[in-house]
Amino acid sequence: MSRDLTTSDAATLQAVLLEGGTTSVELTQAYLDRIAAEDAELGSYLHVDPEAALGRATAIDEAGTAGTGLAGIPVALKDVVVTQGVPTTSGSRILEGWEPPYDGTVAARLKAADTVLLGKTNMDEFAMGSSTENSAYRVTRNPWDPERIPGGSSGGSSAAVAAGLAPWAIGTDTGGSIRQPAALTGLVGHKPTYGSVSRYGLIAFSSSLDQAGPMARTVLDAALLHEAIGGHDPLDSTSIDAPVPVLAESARRGAGGDLSGLRVGIVRELGGEGHTDGYEEGVLARVAEAVALLEGMGAEVREVSCPAFDLALPAYYLIAPSEASSNLSRFDGVRYGLRVGDDGDRDLDEVMALTREQGFGAEVKRRIILGTYALSSGYYEAYYGQAQKVRTLISRDFTAGFDQVDVLVSPTTPTVAFPLGSRVDDPVAMYAADLCTLPASLAGVPAISVPCGLSDGLPVGFQIMAPALADDRCYQVAAALEAAQDAARGSRFLDQLPRRDAQPAGGVA
Amino acid sequence: MSTLSRKDVAHLARLARLAVTDEELDLFAGQLAAVLDAVAQVGRAGVEDVPPTTHAVPMTNVFRADVVRPSLAPEVVLAGAPAAEDGRFRVPRILGEEA
Repeated sequence: MSRDLTTSDAATLQAVLLEGGTTSVELTQAYLDRIAAEDAELGSYLHVDPEAALGRATAIDEAGTAGTGLAGIPVALKDVVVTQGVPTTSGSRILEGWEPPYDGTVAARLKAADTVLLGKTNMDEFAMGSSTENSAYRVTRNPWDPERIPGGSSGGSSAAVAAGLAPWAIGTDTGGSIRQPAALTGLVGHKPTYGSVSRYGLIAFSSSLDQAGPMARTVLDAALLHEAIGGHDPLDSTSIDAPVPVLAESARRGAGGDLSGLRVGIVRELGGEGHTDGYEEGVLARVAEAVALLEGMGAEVREVSCPAFDLALPAYYLIAPSEASSNLSRFDGVRYGLRVGDDGDRDLDEVMALTREQGFGAEVKRRIILGTYALSSGYYEAYYGQAQKVRTLISRDFTAGFDQVDVLVSPTTPTVAFPLGSRVDDPVAMYAADLCTLPASLAGVPAISVPCGLSDGLPVGFQIMAPALADDRCYQVAAALEAAQDAARGSRFLDQLPRRDAQPAGGVA
Repeated sequence: MSTLSRKDVAHLARLARLAVTDEELDLFAGQLAAVLDAVAQVGRAGVEDVPPTTHAVPMTNVFRADVVRPSLAPEVVLAGAPAAEDGRFRVPRILGEEA
C-alpha cells in the first residue's frame, strides 16, 4: 500500500483521501519513510521535520477535511521560499540556520489549503545554476541515473517528485529553473505568466524574471497546484490583479484529445533548421514525434521564425546577474544570517566583505562581479541597456508569433541530463542548458515542460509557450500530449522509471 | 566592448564587498572573460529606436491603501540577527579610529 501512495499522482491521492482509503498521517508517513530510506543517496532535501509534518497531518485528519481541495496532501517547497520558523537557506551558507519570521505568499497559501509541508528541497545557491551542483550543502542525483544531474536550479524538487519522495513540489523559474529540471527528470513543470504568482517571500535572484510554479507527475496535478498558489497578492507590487485562470479544467479538457483548430508554431531558432548546434539528435527526434501527435489530434502545425531568440542567452546572462548583484547586496551580515570577522577591530566594510566572501559560493560571486561590471558607469549602456533592448525584440517576436499561432513549441532543453561534474568548471557550457527556456522568461510569457519520451533511457521535455495570461493553453496542449502518449504506452511516463526498490537499500514494496 | 583583467576583477570585487582570494581572482578572470565573450553579441543587435524592456508586465505606481498594518515584533526581527544589543542590531564600527 505504501508503495502505491508514493507513486500515485496527487489527484488520485486526493480521491483516495476523500473516500477514506487512507489518512493524511498514513500518506505523510509513507513519504517520510521513503525520504528516510532514500534521501541520503538522492540528496533532494535540505530540511525535513517528520514530527511537524505528522503533527499537521494528524490535525487535518482530526478535522475530517482530508481530501477536500488539497487538504492532507503533502508537498515539498524549494528552499528559496521563505517559511516561518522553518530553516530557509536558498542553498547558501550565508543563510545557514536562518529561521524566517514570516511565510512567503506561496507557503502561506499552501498552508491555508491545509497541505502538509514535507520539507525544503535542495537548489543551486540563490537559484543560480542549471544542475543543483551550486548548492552549498549537498549533491542531488537524478533518479533516472544517479551519476547525472537532476537539472537546476529546482533540482531538489525535481529529484524528490520523480523519485517518489514527494507527490509534488514548488519550484521557481528565473531562466528555466522549473522547466529544465522537470524535463530532465520526466516531470511536468510550469513557469506561470510573470506576475501571476506572488513573489512575496521568494528570496530574490532576478526580480523582473523570478516566478514560482508547480512541478508534478502529471499535467492535471501541476494545474491543481498552480491554482492553489496563483492569484493577485497586494504584497507583491508586480502581481497582476486578475482572477486565477481556470487551469485544472483546461487540463481535463485537453486530455480529451481534441486539438482541432489549434494552431501550433515550431520555433525554428530552438532546434529547427540551421539551429541544431548543441542539440542532441534523440531530443529533436522525440520533439518531432510529439509534434506529429499534436497534428494527429487535429492541430495545425507550421514553422515560426523568432530571430531575436538567438540573443536570449547573452541578454539573460547580462540582465539576471545585474539584478542579482543588486538583490544580493542585502546579504551584508547586519540583520540576519552569517557574520564573519567581527572582532571589534575590523570595520563594517571589512566585516561585510569577509562575510560575503565566506558566505557565497563561486557561481554567486561570479554573477555578482559580472552584474557589478554590467551596471557600472561606462559599460551600462553597452551591456545592461543593450540587453534590455534585446529583451524588447524577443517580446516582439513572441507577439508576431502569436499573431500566427496559438502556442509556440520547442524542446525544453537541448540535451538530456548530463553527468555530474561535467560542466561545473565551464560556466558558458552550463548556461547553454537554458537555451530554450530563456525566451519565455525574458518576455514573461507562460511555458510548460511535459515529458515526450526517452533518449538514451533519459527523459526528454517538450516545451509549450503561450501568450501572457494564457497559461490555460499550456495546460490544455500538454494534457493532450500526455494523454496521447500514455494511451500509446499503456502506462504513465514515470512508470518507466526503474524503481529503486530493486536495489537492496530501497526497502520492500 | 572590452575584456576583464585580473585587476578589473579585483576592483569589481571590492565594489561588491567580496574579499576574494588570489586563487579566485585567477579563476574568475579567465571564466568571466569567457562569459563576457559569450554575452558580447548583444552589442551586435540592431536596436536603434528600440525602447528597453525593464519589466515583462508594464505597470506604474502600484500603491497600497495608506493604513497602518501590524508589523513584526522587535524581538522576532532581532532573533535572526548575528548580533543585537538593547533592542537594536549591533553593527561593527563604521568610522575609523582617527575620525
